[in-house]
Amino acid sequence: MSAPLLETLGLTRRFGGLVAASGVSIQVRQGEILGLIGPNGAGKSTLFNMIAGLYPPSDGRILFAGEDITRFSAPRRCALGIARTFQVVRSFDSMSVAENVIVGALVRTPSAAEARRKAFRVLELTGLARRADAAAVELTPPEKRRLEIARALATEPKLLLLDEALTGLTPSEAQEGVELVRRIRAGGVTIVMVEHVMEVVMPLVDRAVVLDLGKVLAEGLPQEVVRDEKVIGAYLGDRHRAA
Amino acid sequence: MRGAFARRRLGQLALAAFIAIVVALLPLAVHDVYLQNVLVLTLMYAALSQSWNILGGYCGQISLGHAIYFGLGAYASTLLYTHAGVTPWVGMLAGGAIAAALALVLGYPFFRLRGHYFTIATIVVAEAGLLLMLNWDYAGGAQGIQIPYGPDSWLHLQFARSKLPYIYFALGLACLTWLVTWLIEDSKWGYWWRAVKDNAEAAESLGVIVFRSKMAAAALSAFFTAIGGSFYAAFVSYIDPDSVMGFQFSLLIALPAVLGGVGTLWGPALGAAILIPMTELTRSYFGGSGSGLDLIIYGVLIMVISLARPEGLTSLFVRRRGAAASA
Repeated sequence: MSAPLLETLGLTRRFGGLVAASGVSIQVRQGEILGLIGPNGAGKSTLFNMIAGLYPPSDGRILFAGEDITRFSAPRRCALGIARTFQVVRSFDSMSVAENVIVGALVRTPSAAEARRKAFRVLELTGLARRADAAAVELTPPEKRRLEIARALATEPKLLLLDEALTGLTPSEAQEGVELVRRIRAGGVTIVMVEHVMEVVMPLVDRAVVLDLGKVLAEGLPQEVVRDEKVIGAYLGDRHRAA
Repeated sequence: MRGAFARRRLGQLALAAFIAIVVALLPLAVHDVYLQNVLVLTLMYAALSQSWNILGGYCGQISLGHAIYFGLGAYASTLLYTHAGVTPWVGMLAGGAIAAALALVLGYPFFRLRGHYFTIATIVVAEAGLLLMLNWDYAGGAQGIQIPYGPDSWLHLQFARSKLPYIYFALGLACLTWLVTWLIEDSKWGYWWRAVKDNAEAAESLGVIVFRSKMAAAALSAFFTAIGGSFYAAFVSYIDPDSVMGFQFSLLIALPAVLGGVGTLWGPALGAAILIPMTELTRSYFGGSGSGLDLIIYGVLIMVISLARPEGLTSLFVRRRGAAASA
């Protein structure tokens, strides 16, 4: 088996007295879709944000394509080929849809004209070409999710991190999202997706890592993971507490 | 769709050229020296506000201390001229370079501050600069510096007999800053600055180096503001700290962009075209009474515009264009 594209080694993050992630070691293989799942507060977003470079880990290391990127800034990680979306969409609201995507494309080229051409190709792929000249604020919520993905794709990532990109969509919108994710992977991009809702991601992902209380609870093929008793316990426990 | 974008850009360029030609012909019809004076100031503030707009509008870092760059430009070219005989053309480039360097030095600590804290820091530094100039004897201290009278000359930027050269210089500066902004709008820095303004965290995730972006915007903005200051010194022939570095300049530089539309290509020019003549005319009609009526009228107008059009006056035109497109 080839070396993993991304590897975390004992990643830990403490927020004051709270340990949000504790010694998390996972591997992301070249070309796969990895699902990062777990109940609320499992540490999914914390792990995700450490990989994307939003904040540094308290302890542990992150390797990307063999390089130690633990101390790299978010822009530098982007330049290396890691792109992300945000769970709560953060579009550039004073700009048009096309301009939002151009910002992403500019990390690969200094030419605005070239970035514009690239942006339109990405808009075609993500089904937003029709809305290119619309203001970003005018988009519907599912369109905004697409814009998040389009913007990240424009940076030509090797690894795309999707933070609950399919959550909160209607079943038909989610299905379109699933197809989009498949198209992106077919283009050679490795994908890590954080999802709260298992039903959506399980048919889509090649492998799943289940987190609970900041630790890796289970790891493996989706059909194995859903039958794992610890996983069932964690989710049912969560539901009981919620109810 | 891409063709439409290119056409829109060229259309703006054509409109700007048309307006510039009309303004250039204006002195043929307007012979009144007072009105020509108003025209010079309007063009100068259009240029200054356009410069401020680079940092405050596009990059979203609201500075209320641009008086320090304005004053620095005024002092740099004037001191070089009166002490060393250096032509103001060179002096204003020197002033611009010093201002850009100062903006980088100040930006290093200040751009770690967010929002209002950044703005407060800019005000404080400009006030400190004002106090420094008041006590610096070589630069004339509180008494200021008088530029010696000489024959009218483009080399020395001194024209005692006609306002016309000043009108054309100010028009050139306004056109230059507009053109720079026009170029920025479809450039890497332009997109990066707007991304920084809209959402810095998202920008970073897309590879935008936020700190460096702000530094670049600050340096460019300070450079052109200082050039405006050098011009103003040559225009009025006499400078002292209060008349080139007072807090009112920080406001007068920012206000046209704010009224016209922050972060828009036409906002500063439109704002200046309304604000500056209004300021001057209310002052000449009501200012002598000592009642402060001119300032009241001025304040009320700013409030009306802010309440009715918080996005700035250019939004009036954008909306109409949108309506026409959907019809």
